Amino acid sequence: MTAVTETETTGIAVQQARAGMPLHHVAIFVALLAAGLVAPFLLYPVFLMKVLCFALFACAFNLLLGYGGLLSFGHAAYFGSASYIAAHAAKVWGLSPELAILSGTLAAAVLGLAIGSLAIRRQGIYFAMVTLAFAQMVFFFSLQAPFTGGEDGIQAVPRGNLFGLLSLRSDFTLYFVVLAITLGGLLLIYRIIHSPFGQVLKAIRENEPRAVSLGYRVNRYKLAVFVLSATLAGLAGSTKALVFQLASLTDVHWSMSGEVVLMTLIGGMGTVFGPIVGAAIIVTMQNYLATFGAWVTIIQGCIFVVCVMLFREGIVGVIAKWIRKPL
Amino acid sequence: MSDGVILAAKDLTKEFKGFFAVEGVNLQVRRGQIHALIGPNGAGKTTCFNLLTKFLPPTRGSITYKGEDITSMSPADIARLGLVRSFQISAVFPHLTAMENVRIALQRKRGDSFDFWRSQKVLSEFNDEARSLLNDVGLSEFENTNASDLSYGRKRALEIATTLALNPEMLLLDEPMAGMAQEDIERISALIKRISANRTILMVEHNLSVVASLSDTITVLARGKVLAEGNYATVSKDERVIEAYIGAGHG
Repeated sequence: MTAVTETETTGIAVQQARAGMPLHHVAIFVALLAAGLVAPFLLYPVFLMKVLCFALFACAFNLLLGYGGLLSFGHAAYFGSASYIAAHAAKVWGLSPELAILSGTLAAAVLGLAIGSLAIRRQGIYFAMVTLAFAQMVFFFSLQAPFTGGEDGIQAVPRGNLFGLLSLRSDFTLYFVVLAITLGGLLLIYRIIHSPFGQVLKAIRENEPRAVSLGYRVNRYKLAVFVLSATLAGLAGSTKALVFQLASLTDVHWSMSGEVVLMTLIGGMGTVFGPIVGAAIIVTMQNYLATFGAWVTIIQGCIFVVCVMLFREGIVGVIAKWIRKPL
Repeated sequence: MSDGVILAAKDLTKEFKGFFAVEGVNLQVRRGQIHALIGPNGAGKTTCFNLLTKFLPPTRGSITYKGEDITSMSPADIARLGLVRSFQISAVFPHLTAMENVRIALQRKRGDSFDFWRSQKVLSEFNDEARSLLNDVGLSEFENTNASDLSYGRKRALEIATTLALNPEMLLLDEPMAGMAQEDIERISALIKRISANRTILMVEHNLSVVASLSDTITVLARGKVLAEGNYATVSKDERVIEAYIGAGHG
């Protein structure tokens, strides 16, 4: 008798957890917010902003890979072109920062729609190759187009005044804006994953033919998540352009696409919080090991190999396994 | 109309680089029947199934469902017409719970779920219906279990519950008993019998005792062609069928 009621109550608890945001996720978001508010008093704000931008970029990428089951090897295209458009909008068109970011993000969405609608017709490695090929085209376009400044990039991008009121010249002020953008983006991604759309997405990732046999037109869902992912990657790229006041070829280079794969895998693909951890680790390494020069890439490579060999689920994936809760 | 043909294939042919997996098959499935498709290994049963649900495009021939030509439709659109298939290997969504598996199908009632901005809480309106479907197939106590943790027989049961959630007019079951233990076979047989009450079922099945007890009509395929058709008594006495199954020279 007691056994029955026990299974019943746990059953209900699990279900409630599945319906709303489970308590441990609320706790993590609150902790992230708290850490985000305290951090600039302890660490260099520009470094922190870089972590935030890449955390958002990696989470956007993970939305596509971890929940859509699609490995894009050209996400730098959206990150980088958004960065160029935002920089151009702020510097040449003289738009305020929020509009500059918006233009960059929209540009990434349009580019995502164009590339995505072609790429989703192929699967697996062919999908990855198509996305890479298009990203390379974007790279060469960025190298040649007159407005991108070629090898120099777009430099000295003005940060301007937020909504025409708040000057973002100080790193400290800008930091809180970037924190708000990143947290907003993360919450949106969280919602996408836990929406009716997200459920269908997971079903397609798990068993595509079955989803088709249930009447889902899977290509439309794949395209939708591709565009969402590209858009959010664009949001990260645009924000980054304002933080560093620079848009350059690094942002569209294929190694940027590789880096975001690395961040996601190290942190934990298909986990909500993994890519944030992965981005923090990689950015920290790049910053604090910068004195080693080219050795950084070798150290990164070694860490990647160790990660893949020892814990394939990534750091957060392994922790989630320990505590037996999805993270 | 209750005697009418619901699904018809005419001259259905699939050629793989010169090899005819299915050749000139004419098939008529009558509304309300359980129709079985049997035949020795390599007879083209599964190919035939894939053609009927458009998971493979036919080389030649036409398919009509409820009088409508569906030959050029996409598989998802065919499912939307109420012609839903299962798969030979169990087709569940492994990392979703049993309840979520069924809800994916129930969710179709909302139309296309592109609303990524809404919480999945809206899906809890389907919970009661999902529970009653799980109950129907004997999976009540597993609603919060991940599909990957279910036994093989239970995965198949979950698959049937998911298919039934669409309330399809016609089901195509690809070897529903494959790899099942005897007790599961009896349970699933009874389930198929029960759900056939107001539906049409076309199934591929190897287990001949299941076929004998369940089906109204049997079509025997061999080397991609229809060999014989009729009820079990007729088909089992057909000499060509006996020859195809046992081989020539057994007199």
